[in-house]
Amino acid sequence: MNNNIRTLTNGLLKENPIFVLLLGMCPTLGVTTSAINGMGMGLATAFVLMLSNVFISALKTQIPDKVRIPAFIVIIASFVTVIDLAMQAYVPALHGQLGVFIPLIAVNCIVLGRAEAFAAKNTVFSSLLDGVGMGLGFTLALTLLGGIRELLGSGALFDHKFIAGDGILIFVLAPGAFIALGFLIALINHLRRVK
Amino acid sequence: MEYILIIITAVFVNNIVFSQFLGICPFLGVSNKISTSLGMGAAVIFVMTLATLVTTLVQQYLLIPMNLEFLQTICFILVIASLVQMVETILKKISPSLYQALGVFLPLITTNCAVLGIAILVTQKDMNMLMSVFYATANAVGFTLALIIFAGIREQLEFSRIPKGMKGTPIILVTAGILALAFMGFSGLV
Repeated sequence: MNNNIRTLTNGLLKENPIFVLLLGMCPTLGVTTSAINGMGMGLATAFVLMLSNVFISALKTQIPDKVRIPAFIVIIASFVTVIDLAMQAYVPALHGQLGVFIPLIAVNCIVLGRAEAFAAKNTVFSSLLDGVGMGLGFTLALTLLGGIRELLGSGALFDHKFIAGDGILIFVLAPGAFIALGFLIALINHLRRVK
Repeated sequence: MEYILIIITAVFVNNIVFSQFLGICPFLGVSNKISTSLGMGAAVIFVMTLATLVTTLVQQYLLIPMNLEFLQTICFILVIASLVQMVETILKKISPSLYQALGVFLPLITTNCAVLGIAILVTQKDMNMLMSVFYATANAVGFTLALIIFAGIREQLEFSRIPKGMKGTPIILVTAGILALAFMGFSGLV
């Protein structure tokens, strides 16, 4: 039981995919112009991560070792297609905002990385927990970064305006993504060292 | 004239790294030396041009006539992955020297989201075949340019005194941000 909880929380903080492992940088920087975009992208990735982890773990004895990477990619890409079509149908506005980054979940290093490093070696249940933990860790990081950029750039959070005026426009533009993430990682490194 | 505009837009105004956020992983990963970034850039130009040519053909003559556009993601990934594998094998056989130069970077490109990203983006834009391939090459050149400039800056960073908390990834990201700011100066050029 204790082990399961550790697997679940591992991805949230200790091995957070963005802040610690530094995987999946493209969507992290590309879509986090607002908290809601970051959250949508994070949840979509978490969905793919969870299901692909479960399937790969369940099929691990069936897949020949030599062709495992292409097989993993096909499984992952199938779930990406599922979430792509589902989002197009139910949340078209968000789908439009995230654009090309939805199909690109398929080449997100986190998903293939967890498949190879965890799901291919562990049981179905712990792979599910790992997928949920990593997915939520990714969502947390993207929402946090999106929130910071939205608050600094337009004075709003989840579309609710808190600060009157225009905000520091640069933070919702491309350069702000790099700078905000840089300072956020510096802060987290500092906190980890102090602790 | 149209083709010159595509080059300027893709390389400077809408740089693939700094304004479209594609290919960030290799951009941060292999930009520590100018020589390695040259190799990576060359490999990306080569693969991206070839991959876009093949994926537009697949889209045009296979997926659209058969009404299978929803399989685009899966198809493109498989095409790109096998293409990279094939290029690697052929290159090893016919040009060992070029293989030596590009070899190590080729497998890395399969997971480079820039290649898949551009392949998907050109299908969404209204472009003819020649223009799509040209657009892909121009974007790859933009990627190479960004990579080389950044590698040059990072070589300098090695010798700078950096505050303790900013060492490593944070300073690299902030530097990239300032470079992106510089590239914003090109907007409005076209």
